[in-house]
This record gives sequence, C-alpha cells and structure tokens, in this order.
Amino acid sequence: MTSTQSTTDSLPRRIATRLRTGGKIYGILGLLVMICAYTAIASDRFLLVGNVENLVHRTALFGILSIGAALVIITGGIDLSIGSVVCLVGVLLPYLLVEHQWSVPVAVTTVLALSLGVGLVHGLLVTKLRLQPFVVTLCGLLFYRGLARGITNDQSQGFGLEFKGLRSIATGRLPIFGEAEGAFHLPATTLVLIIFAIVAAVFLNKTIYGRYLLALGNNPEAAKYSGINTDRMVLLAYAVCSTLAGFGGMLFVLDINAAQPSDFGNFYELYAIAAAVLGGCSLRGGEGSILGVVIGAAVMVVLSNTINLVHPKYQNIEFAIIGAVILAGAIVDELVRRWLAVRRAARQSEKP
Amino acid sequence: MKRSTTIINLFCALASRRQFMALVASSQARISMSETQSSPVLEVRRVGKKFPSVKALDDVSLELQAGEVLAVIGENGAGKSTLMKILAGVESPTSGELYVEGQPRSFSSVEQALQAGISLIHQELNLSTNLEVGANIFLGREPTRFGLIDGRKVEREAMKFLKMVGLDVSPRTLVGKLSIGKQQLVEIAKALSTRARVLIMDEPTSSLSQHETETLFGVVTALRDRGVSVIYISHRLGEIEELADRVVVLRDGRYVGQLSRDELNHDAMVSMMVGRDVSKFYHRAAHETGAEVLTVDQLRTPANPRLPLSFSIRAGEIVGIAGLVGAGRSELLTTLFGVTPAVAGSMRLGRLSHPPRTTVEAIEAGIVLAPEDRRLTGLILSMSVKRNLSLATLRRDATLGFLNRSSENRVSHDMSKLLQIKSSGDDQVVQYLSGGNQQKVVLGKWLATKPRLLMLDEPTRGIDVGAKEEIYKLMHELAGQGVAILFVSSEMEEIFGLSDRTLVMHEGRITGELAQEQLSEAAVMNLATGGNPSTSSRTSA
Repeated sequence: MTSTQSTTDSLPRRIATRLRTGGKIYGILGLLVMICAYTAIASDRFLLVGNVENLVHRTALFGILSIGAALVIITGGIDLSIGSVVCLVGVLLPYLLVEHQWSVPVAVTTVLALSLGVGLVHGLLVTKLRLQPFVVTLCGLLFYRGLARGITNDQSQGFGLEFKGLRSIATGRLPIFGEAEGAFHLPATTLVLIIFAIVAAVFLNKTIYGRYLLALGNNPEAAKYSGINTDRMVLLAYAVCSTLAGFGGMLFVLDINAAQPSDFGNFYELYAIAAAVLGGCSLRGGEGSILGVVIGAAVMVVLSNTINLVHPKYQNIEFAIIGAVILAGAIVDELVRRWLAVRRAARQSEKP
Repeated sequence: MKRSTTIINLFCALASRRQFMALVASSQARISMSETQSSPVLEVRRVGKKFPSVKALDDVSLELQAGEVLAVIGENGAGKSTLMKILAGVESPTSGELYVEGQPRSFSSVEQALQAGISLIHQELNLSTNLEVGANIFLGREPTRFGLIDGRKVEREAMKFLKMVGLDVSPRTLVGKLSIGKQQLVEIAKALSTRARVLIMDEPTSSLSQHETETLFGVVTALRDRGVSVIYISHRLGEIEELADRVVVLRDGRYVGQLSRDELNHDAMVSMMVGRDVSKFYHRAAHETGAEVLTVDQLRTPANPRLPLSFSIRAGEIVGIAGLVGAGRSELLTTLFGVTPAVAGSMRLGRLSHPPRTTVEAIEAGIVLAPEDRRLTGLILSMSVKRNLSLATLRRDATLGFLNRSSENRVSHDMSKLLQIKSSGDDQVVQYLSGGNQQKVVLGKWLATKPRLLMLDEPTRGIDVGAKEEIYKLMHELAGQGVAILFVSSEMEEIFGLSDRTLVMHEGRITGELAQEQLSEAAVMNLATGGNPSTSSRTSA
C-alpha cells in the first residue's frame, strides 16, 4: 500500500479527482460559456464582430490587472490599490507627455518605475513591518488617488490627436483573418495579455518560485521552516501586482485617450479581485491558476456586456447583478468542496 | 523496562503534601461512599458506532461509579474519542444504550448531555480568551437581572466554582492572561457550574507544565472525593498509573479488558494496548561516532539571551535534550536552525562558521529541524505528499529556477519507499494523513537534503506506537550512516531508548550532561529541576 496509483479507480472517484484538480477551471469556463450562449440567443448584436473585438480587448485589459491581483491573493494577501495605481499612471502619462513634453521612453519608463516602486513599498511594509496587506493597500488606494488629483489639479488628461503610434499599442487591431471590412481583427492588447499570462503561468507552475509562492500562501511558517525566503517572495508578488496595474493603467489611458483623475480606474481593484476569485484563487491563499483568472476576467467583461445588450434598462443595477453572479459562483464552489469532503471521508472510512 | 516510567511518575512519587492529605481524606470518604453505592453513575451497554463502512466502535460496554477516576486508553484510532463524543452528545451511537443513574438516556446534543450531568473537556480548550473568567464560566447561561447580565452574581457564583478547583484568580481576569494550566482549571470550573457529575478529560496534560500537572491532579483527586466521576484519557501512562482507580483498554474499536488499581502497571497497559508483548521496544545498538560535527560555544538564544550554551555533537551520535516544558529546549533548536537567530556566541558546522541567520543558511550547511508542531510549521497541509517531500530540494535540483519534475518524482518515490509512507499515492494531500505518516513526510523532506545534523523536536508526539517504533529505527539507522542527531523529548522512555548522550536543561541553562551509563531517572530529574548534579551522578563536571 505504499503508493497505489489510481489506475483502478471507480468512475465517481475519477470524476472527483478531476474536479479537485481542474474543477475550478471547468466550472468558470462553463459559466463563461453559459453567459455567452445566453447573450448570443437573447441579443443579435452580441456576436457582431465589433462587439466580440471589444470584449476580447477589454478582457485583455482587465486580465492584466487580474493576473497581478491573483499573485498577491495566492500569497494570502490582497491589493486594494490597483484601481488607484491605474489612475495615477493613467493621468501621469498624458500629463508628462503633453503638459511637460517628456519624451515617450522617459515618460513610459518613469510611470512603470513608479508603479514598481509602489509595489515594493507595499511589499516592504507587509513583510518587514508586518502590517496587514488590507491596511497597507487601503491606504494606497486613498493615497495614489489623492496624488493623481493633486498633481493634475483634478483636470482631465488626454493625448488629443498626438501620440498615435504609442496609442496603437492599445488601440491597434491586427488583421489576422485578412484585411476584409467585416473580418475579425485581433486587438493588440490581446498579445500583451497572452505574453503576460504565459510568463505568469510558467512562473507559477514551472519554476521553484511559483511553488514557493503556493507553499507560503498556504502556510507561511512551514514554508519558512522549509528554507524558503518567504519575505522575498511576498515582496515580489506585490511588486509584480503594482507593476501590472501600472502597465494596465497605461493601456487604459492610451485606449480611451482621456483620464478623469477623480474616477479613472475606480473599482478596478474589485474587478480584478473578483476575476481572481472567480478564477479559482482562494482568499486564504495558496491556490490559483492563471488560466482560470483570465477566464474570470472574461466573465466580468461579458457579464457587463450582457446587461448592456440584453437588459439595458437594468443598467443601474449592473453592480447588483455582477455581485449576485459572483456570489452564486462562490456558493456553488463551496457546495462542491463539501461534496468532495464528504466523498473523501467516506472513502477514508472504507479502509480501516 | 524498570527505567521506563516517566518523569511524571517520579514527580508523583514525591507528591506534594497537600496532595497526600487529600488522598488520606479521600480514602475515608470513599469507604463511606462505597457502602451507599447502588447503580453506577453512567453505564454504557454494548454501544457501537458505524461510519459509512467502518466500525469505529464495536459492542463496547463499561460502567462508571460515583467518585471514580476511570482511565480509558488505547492507541490512536482505538475508538476512545468516538466513545467520548457519544457520551458527551456530540455523536449518537448506531447501536447500544446509555444509562445515567439507572435511567436509559439518549443524547442528540451536547446540551442534553450537559443536562444529564456529563461534561467533556476537550484537549484544545474551548474558552474565549478575550473574555473574563466569570463570563467564560457562565457563557450561554448568564444570570440576568431585568434582561441584563447580572455582573455581581456572575462574580459571586464564579468565585464559588473557582474555589472548588483551587484557582486563586479574580473572576474579572481575562482568560487570555492565564497560563494554559489555569485555563484548564477555568474549563473545569465551567463544567462544575453546570452541575456535572461526570467529567470527561481528553489529554488534559498535553500542554501543561509539570507544576500545572501536579495541580490538576490535586483538583481531580479533590473532585473525586466530592463524588464527581472522572473519565480520563491520556497517552501518558505514568499519569494514569498515578491517578486512575481503574483502566479500560480499547483496541480497534473493541473493549479489550480492564485493569484494577492493584493490577495497574506500565507494561501491562502497553501490552494490552498493542496486543503483543513489547519487551523490546527500542532497537538499541551502539553507534560508532566520528569526528565532531557541530560545535556550539557560548551561544545565546533570543529566548534566554543572558544564558550562554555550549556543547558539541559528533557524527553518528544521538544526543537527547531532556528537561521540563519551558526549559528552553525548543528555543535552542530553533536558534540552531536560524528561525530565531542567535543574539551572540559562535557555532561551527562544516563551512558554516557562525550561527545561521536564516533557515536557508542552516539548510545549506546541512542543519535541518523536524519541528514540534507538524501542522503549524512542518507541512504545507494543502499540498500533496510529493510536493511536501520535494519542497526542500527544489532549489538544489532546479536549473535556472525551473522545476525539475523528474528529480521531484524521484525524491518523492525514494522517500515514500524508504520511510514506508502510507498514502493513496504521491498526489494525496498530506492534511488527511495520520500523524505518523505526516511526521514521515517531514522527515523525508529533510533526508532528501542529505543533512549532516538532524534535529527533531518531540519526534513522536501524537503518533501511535507502531509508527513510533519505525521512527526510532530510522533515527538509529541514520546515526549509523554518520548523521548527527539532536532531539528534544519530554518522554523519558525516548531519552533512555535513543540517546547516546543526554543534555539536561533547566530554565534556559544546560544543567548537566549524562553519558549513557550515567543515565538514570533520578539523575535526569535532579538536573531538570535545577538540583545539584553531584548527588545524582558519579561524574559529570
């Protein structure tokens, strides 16, 4: 009985194993497919090329933020400052380029370095001073928003008609299916997301550091006792999260071409956290997959689109609907978890 | 096996005068009580408990008399906890009956059991540490006046019960400020306040100091004299020998037999528990020791920064650290492991020429620690056997930071085989393994790193007899291969069975060092209580 492999497992047991390992991804993928199917049936505009392009584009933007949020959540922490970092970078970039005439490389490097610095500060406060991540990043949420409004005197920032080249990173559409008028053009932001997602997934699943992150998220003490430099890993997670938030903020402002400091990026941290949780990250830490998180981001984006297309008169209660759907997902997840626990208990009692 | 009685036993032999007086008083009380005894307070008749496909309890019967201390013993998984849960109304039996004072009863909730006078005190105390003592005692049953809590009555009544358990603290004290031992007494006071006639105590001394244990025994004895019956569950057979009027032994869910007061001895209990003769419990073999591996000189731990510690260990040597709870033994190990870095002093092990500042540094030098609390500091509970086993060697086997799956599989396979880890496969989550197998996973993780110094803190805590034996055997084998082993144990048997040399600690100091032939309970006890070593051992300067 040293290690009986699961070759002779019964079907329900195989299903249970399957559900345990890849279950959350199937679950969230199923939810996405259901919402898409419903919307496609209920509205003839959902499958229009323009709408699909837009959905893919927005998923890419929110997906980038969500990957960062997920890394922090895996450590058992939280980052509430994502939206404010989006705003800070979003207003600073046009402010530096347009008002102060900085060169593009200098301005871009500056805002990204700034967001990296923000993340390092969060990480240091959490690991060295042992402050609670919630408190640190809540203060960040307030601080960076205030900073953004102060620097710009609360004036809306944009590029006007300039910087078309730079803006094409966010607005570009790649003719992968030909140049024809009605063909699907892949939003350039999708490439950015794919690159980030692959790097993050490889990091999480194929490197020892990803394993360390998962281990310390479940039990930081035991990770430390196993010779893992837990502080360094946590610091890294916060730094990556804020940097991705900054990168996302840059793409958002390049795309929209206008950033109002008082509400640019508002609530984006909550979208990102919700996407991460939908995608299988436990807020207790130690769990999560990048693919799941990206699908989670897609669910958030599509859901909002569904309300716009199918139930425009319910637009005022958009938040309520999104909240209800996520809650339902969390409830189903918990019920499945309990069902698995009962099965496991039954299985264990089979062997005396 | 004469030496194998525990520290506790010895302590109780030198029992305090107060306790002795209580015993004298109780023997008189008991004589009068036995005359009036009619039906037992509690009777369990042919109780069984079946879970979906396993019998946790099978046809178990027992009786409990008024004013009796009944010990229930058995290996892990023998059915003790299930039986206690049934008595306390936490679970209901699938067959059989319960009688309380001759009346048939069945409990479907803890409240009903409490009303019948049966109260279970869990191993982990159920107190709100943020509330006051009085508030805890009456939690859920607060006396009220005009709908508000009657604070004065709480205080008055609480005083009464605190006095009964000999606890001299104000009912206004926050429970969190009390020591674990005192919290336990609060828990007992709480049980008494429900007019409990049967107290079930599950491993009450597992986290108590020696002194607190003594106090607890005094209280249990006093309660017995008042006619309260106690069901006492413990793995510490020495305690049971001291305290119990009668012992009931369970094995694999069945009643195996009982021992009366005069039949009670350690070997009899052990052989009934395991169902075989255990005269040769330890595989004692002399270890060839090599060159000095670890040298510790004037090391000061953050726990006791003013007390420098010096000692050394040779390759292939097993050194035990004995002492009472709180003597600074675990703190010494965590300092050597870099978890709580030393504040001063020097240490040498291989290339490492200073005390490690981090666990990373310690592990790289070949120092590893299997900590006392496996679940808290030893394992990533949500991860699989494989991932836990490979955790400490990931870095060594990685290329440019990328995981090396094949060496991960190899480590996991080799260690599972070497240690005979029983799991449903490499991918089983360690959370659901037994204590013995969890400890093996911790050890496997470290053996994969090929350590030079293996440290173990209470290596067999919460592990059943069979797995204990395997771990002892492993320690001997490792020593045979030249690994230096340093372990802390509160079980005298372990110290005797394993140590080539024993260090004894008392209040942060190493008070003595005993070679194998100098080892005796009296010698250890003397040093562990800060006594003069010259009276106990022939030489040890």
